[in-house]
Amino acid sequence: MNAPERMLLSGNEAVALAARGLGIALGTGYPGTPSTEILEDFSARGGRAQWSPNEKVAMEVALGAAFGGARAIVTMKHVGLNVAADPLFTAAYTGVSGALVVVSADDPGMASSQNEQDNRRYAVAAGLPMLEPSDSQEAYDFLGWAVRISEQWHLPVILRMTTRVCHSKTIVEARPLAATAPPAPHFERDIAQRVMIPAYARPAHRRLREKLAQIATWGETAPLIRRIDGDRKLGLIASGISYEHAMEAAPGASFLKLGLTYPLPIENIRRFAAGVERCVVIEEGDPYLVEALRAADIPVEGKPEMYRFGELNVERVRRILARDVSPEPAPPRGKPPQLCVGCPHRIVFETLGKLGCIVAGDIGCYTLGVLPPFEAMDSCVCMGASIGVGLGLRHVLPEAEARKVVSVIGDSTFVHSGITGLVEMIYNPPPTGHVVLILDNGTTAMTGLQEHPGTGRTLDHRPTGRVVFENLAHALGISEVHVLENLKDAAALEELMMRLMPSGKLALVIVRRPCLLTAKRDADLAKASGT
Amino acid sequence: MNTKTTNVVIAGLGGQGVLKASDILADAAFRAGYDVKKSEIHGMSQRGGSVSSDVRFGREVFSPMVPPGEADYLVVLAPDQVEVNRPVLRAGGLLIAPDLIGENVLPNRRSLNVALLGALSRHLEIGESHWLDALRAHLPEKLHEANLAAFAIGRKAVKP
Ligand SMILES: Cc1ncc(C[n+]2csc(CCOP(=O)(O)OP(=O)(O)O)c2C)c(N)n1
Ligand code: SF4
Repeated sequence: MNAPERMLLSGNEAVALAARGLGIALGTGYPGTPSTEILEDFSARGGRAQWSPNEKVAMEVALGAAFGGARAIVTMKHVGLNVAADPLFTAAYTGVSGALVVVSADDPGMASSQNEQDNRRYAVAAGLPMLEPSDSQEAYDFLGWAVRISEQWHLPVILRMTTRVCHSKTIVEARPLAATAPPAPHFERDIAQRVMIPAYARPAHRRLREKLAQIATWGETAPLIRRIDGDRKLGLIASGISYEHAMEAAPGASFLKLGLTYPLPIENIRRFAAGVERCVVIEEGDPYLVEALRAADIPVEGKPEMYRFGELNVERVRRILARDVSPEPAPPRGKPPQLCVGCPHRIVFETLGKLGCIVAGDIGCYTLGVLPPFEAMDSCVCMGASIGVGLGLRHVLPEAEARKVVSVIGDSTFVHSGITGLVEMIYNPPPTGHVVLILDNGTTAMTGLQEHPGTGRTLDHRPTGRVVFENLAHALGISEVHVLENLKDAAALEELMMRLMPSGKLALVIVRRPCLLTAKRDADLAKASGT
Repeated sequence: MNTKTTNVVIAGLGGQGVLKASDILADAAFRAGYDVKKSEIHGMSQRGGSVSSDVRFGREVFSPMVPPGEADYLVVLAPDQVEVNRPVLRAGGLLIAPDLIGENVLPNRRSLNVALLGALSRHLEIGESHWLDALRAHLPEKLHEANLAAFAIGRKAVKP
């Protein structure tokens, strides 16, 4: 047999490669750093991948595929799992017939996110097995294990990655994966298993706990644990990227590396901890492992609270081991990102700033409208929040202030979770009316120019059905719908806003002009396809 | 072969080709038979903010990130990014700054990233053929000539 091919791949590419090797029939997701490249690369390698309007829908589509007996993967960033949490929790009860792997890409340190929530908590809360790779080889191997666990116990499995695992390139050997040949999808009726009315859900919850108990037993000796017997004076327990930092910070120590971090191989950990003099847990983010081990009466040392914030690195692990809580040197202050010169969003924030608007903002490139010279954004919470927050402000502020409130949302964000906000606006209109601006630059620019239902093109840029925002607004019964095509004249926008803001009406203004970078991308695509 | 891990940080601004340069370096080291890890934070690089990328290679590399103050080489593409990044260098580490390549030496300043790699290549135990293979693998064919020339210019800028 030939030696397996060796490649230098990012964790995301390694997942995509494994997904192809495993015969994953469908990959779904919504873009979000650091997860985005998984589906793009899966598609580039010939896999069937599609962007959904948001993570909840993506999860449901993948679940349907797995109900049909196929292998499916759904990818998202950590906050995406909040959006998809509703189907996730009950999918743990229904289980799956094929395989379902949920990739959660967490962002400790918030390189490109609005919070640094630790999604290991979701595995516990939903009751789903969780694997944590620490480099690209494991990202590749663990997808195989995730599929195998998913098929053996008929449960969705969470593959929890972090920014450094997703985006670092390390060597991958494309060796055989843990799973068998993919099944042929077909439908088998199983009402009690998939229709979660209380009568069926109660036994389903018990079934879930039984499966988890079985997986915990299996996990005690599974090859997902690596034990390195080094110096008995110091034993380190770690998973994910923290393991790599720890191996470098404490060469020669004893290690217990956990690949399966829910359910935990508690007895294996207990033996390890008992066999070393000082047992320290090295983990990024929340003290998830420390809390679980202490609850199981395993005495371990955790990290000082200051290391909960941000990413770990070799130096921080050294400090944790030295119990050093002295202030850390500030990281170098780089130059912050800015809206590109000539970005279509600029004119909008210049205008809103000039008019003294109270801007309920949202997430995307346009969030940079908060920085100088614009400083024209007053809130940004989560995708879609601009519309609800704007309405709430309009409801309670004194009239003169209320009339200054506008909601600003990008096109991809609008499709993701702004549509229900418009429905709310029609249903509970503030007395002073409201104005929503969609900044339609024809792409999901922030995460690297992905398509979405408003662009009318698929993940791999082929034409498909398109959601037309103005038609949607008309159908909802919004009285003032305005489309500003190729807006280059600030005066036109200013005039319109001055008229709409105090009008007492409900208004949607669509500012439509393509992101600068899509023009270049589209030219490259056209050239590549020879048209 | 050198068994100690070599730490390189490449820094600049979004759009300058920092990540392309670190991809090429990591690939060249990989082709030369080293264990390699490469890491960076990306996601918003198109908007002109600071970008930096770590490449580490040696017999066995663990963390993908160069610990602060432990870089052996710092390659900087933008003059205003030299001072902010200097603290990553270890004492005695080598700075390769953009002014190593004079203003009008390159036919196109866009290939500064590759020219500085040429300069860096003089200091690393990676054979030139691996560099050239990596360059060809990571750049579209129509850019090969210009970049191979830029690489050679960078190599010449460092005394052997
Ligand atoms: C729940 C969730 N999913 C994904 C993301 C990542 N993300 C932030 S904004 C955004 C979309 C940006 O696109 P758009 O609204 O069109 O604005 P643009 O960047 O194009 O200006 C994405 C995918 C997120 N922050 N939260
Ligand atoms: S990438 Fe596009 S949307 Fe983002 S700042 Fe640049 S031009 Fe504007």
